[in-house]
Amino acid sequence: MIKIAFIILSLISIFSALMVISRKNPVASVLWLVFHFFGIAGLYVLLGAHFLAAVQIIVYAGAIMVLFLFVVMMLNLNLVNNEKRGKIIGKSIGAVVSGLVLVLFTYSIRTTKWNELFFNQVTDQEWGTAVKLGSLLFSNWLVPFQIVGILLFAAVIGVVALMKRKITRKVENGIVITQEEDVA
Amino acid sequence: MHTELWSLIIEKTIFGVILLAAIMTGAAYVTLAERKVASWFQDRIGPNRAGPLGLLQPLADGIKFFLKEDMIPKNVHKAFYLLAPGIAAIPPLLIAASIPWGNQIELLGKAIKLQMIDLNVGILFIFAFASIGVYGVMLGGWASNNKYSLMGGLRSSSQMISYELAQGTAVVGVLLLAGTLSLDEIVKQQDSLTKWYVWRQPIGFFIFFVASLAELARVPFDLPEAENELVGGYHTEYSSMKFGLFQVSEYIHLIVTSALISTLYFGGWQIPFVDIASNSSFIYGVLGVISLLLKTVFFIFVFMWLRWTLPRFRYDQLMSLGWKFLLEAAFVWIVITAILVLAFPWYKTWF
Repeated sequence: MIKIAFIILSLISIFSALMVISRKNPVASVLWLVFHFFGIAGLYVLLGAHFLAAVQIIVYAGAIMVLFLFVVMMLNLNLVNNEKRGKIIGKSIGAVVSGLVLVLFTYSIRTTKWNELFFNQVTDQEWGTAVKLGSLLFSNWLVPFQIVGILLFAAVIGVVALMKRKITRKVENGIVITQEEDVA
Repeated sequence: MHTELWSLIIEKTIFGVILLAAIMTGAAYVTLAERKVASWFQDRIGPNRAGPLGLLQPLADGIKFFLKEDMIPKNVHKAFYLLAPGIAAIPPLLIAASIPWGNQIELLGKAIKLQMIDLNVGILFIFAFASIGVYGVMLGGWASNNKYSLMGGLRSSSQMISYELAQGTAVVGVLLLAGTLSLDEIVKQQDSLTKWYVWRQPIGFFIFFVASLAELARVPFDLPEAENELVGGYHTEYSSMKFGLFQVSEYIHLIVTSALISTLYFGGWQIPFVDIASNSSFIYGVLGVISLLLKTVFFIFVFMWLRWTLPRFRYDQLMSLGWKFLLEAAFVWIVITAILVLAFPWYKTWF
């Protein structure tokens, strides 16, 4: 039963991942990526990581991809430049990066002991629940957890500092004039 | 193993079909209730032509939706335009599946849980799918290729994203007290009138309620479809059953949110002074369902009451309320709750 579910979810994930990189319309790509995240979340559930699955959908599908979709819709990416120079540079960067990723993946796939990993390998069915994960995060991994918190906090402050605008109001001839200017 | 699996599949299928039918019928009748309540508030009679007291009005509306000409405007992005109403309708139904509609009933010598999926991350599941609901609105607004639709879609999605945060943060107070994410457990802990979480979480409840109003895009937060500015918001270009699907999903969302508020803060299927949890006979199970339904109907009525009473906010007021007041208030409330839970053990046990 779990094997069947695993195969279905993997096919969904792989198929939608292929659709993400092969669609011409960026909006379609974003939607396929959302679909892909659902497949991945399903795989997490199969591994017993329920909390991770829920957070995957809340954070990635529910928040980050919405932002992506906003950007893609607003930019109307059909107008992306078709200059040859940009294409060559872009392609060569892409080739280098994907080559490195290929090396990384080949290495990790070759060195992983698949037989030990797959199917019935989860001895503790509860390991991925919110309770277990929470108590681990607040005991063994407290310091890394706090550091991640500080990192995110710094990012938030950075965003506020970048977006902060100075608003000046003055009255001229009985009309209120507001002016905005960037501080950063 | 296999017979167990098959009986589970059959049980869940039957329950799912019943739940789906009930939710759909419920949504249809909530539209009628909305019109009746509106007419009551405005001293009119309201729909009274179809059937006795207008009770067949939803049926007539449904038939009209299906029989109307199915228009697809020329300049829309067709695939996304067709996809949007479907995406909008799925999340509220999935949320409905994870709400415990009752404890359990015994049928044919088998205890049947009145909840489709009891997850140990129940609340997170609900928020996960609530956040997916944005896609239907956004796509609908964008794919219509219409300025009013786009504005409506943008307003709607940014409003949903903003208030989701306040909603999710407000719930943490309940979670700190309950110590679990499972909705079934949360209901079971509220086993007497005084233990309803609303008494211990009044501010959390208030924030959750206001944020839910905004999530549902109902007055005073109905800017996504402010008629006088935006024609009809994101569903301006939709007609016939595609519009109907948006409408139905909105009302399912209303039902589900009311049920969720009752579940989290008002004891769900528990009845004050009656012990349902330890009694698995058929009649007690049904009583529990009726109890939850009555609470849900009450909250649906409150939402309608507000709709026909209050004026609409301005858009910048809506945004600053969400980001500059509700979210902060929810954070402060989490800290207060955490201090109370740690410093005063009786706050958790209550009386």
